[in-house]
Amino acid sequence: MAEEVKKIMFTVRKPPHGSIYVYEGLEVKLIMAAYDADISVVFMDDGVFAVKRGQDTKELGIKGFEATYGALVDYEIQKVFVDRQSMESRGMTEEDLVIIGEDEDTEEPIRPQVVDASEIAAMMAEQHNILSF
Amino acid sequence: MLHTVNKSPFQNNALTDCSRYVQAGDVVLLLEDGVFAAQAGTTQSALLEKMMEQVTIYALSADLKARAIKALVAGVQVTDYAGFVELVEQHKIHSWL
Repeated sequence: MAEEVKKIMFTVRKPPHGSIYVYEGLEVKLIMAAYDADISVVFMDDGVFAVKRGQDTKELGIKGFEATYGALVDYEIQKVFVDRQSMESRGMTEEDLVIIGEDEDTEEPIRPQVVDASEIAAMMAEQHNILSF
Repeated sequence: MLHTVNKSPFQNNALTDCSRYVQAGDVVLLLEDGVFAAQAGTTQSALLEKMMEQVTIYALSADLKARAIKALVAGVQVTDYAGFVELVEQHKIHSWL
């Protein structure tokens, strides 16, 4: 009998670069994507800073990971969400968000989907596991 | 859903953030420095009272005792490690780290 595909959500609530959480979390997502799981990622609270476009980490002497977000769709991680209130309260708009891939047919860039906290809460309740970073 | 909060609300927004994503019937467990929110008569008491209109709030007894927190916001329930395990068995968890 086929096993039920696990629904696994990653929540990202920390800003990037000040700690290793966001980077390590991204590594885990890419690893998990190799397995047959239904993965979703939610950037909420200070986590929205992690998906702001134009991060230049050269002077920090670290590689940065904005480009890696651009490969999420290629890794079949398409369910990527941003909490609207967290984004707006930090002075960001949808245009500020990183690109996570491009549409196969139209080659249009794909950005994370902006949703409300109530939608996130409903999605959380549907998961088998939630990992927070 | 079981939401665990282990940060002091006087230093960190974890509890406020958590409050935006809870659904009616959810359970919130305060542990470690999160239990400072349970102390009665603080600037955070109103937030807890508001949350308790929708959710049940527990505080972990070992952490309350270790921090000499005795007077709790009315309605906050106290649980121990065994109760913590039961909550984990009964719910899916999100840790508001």
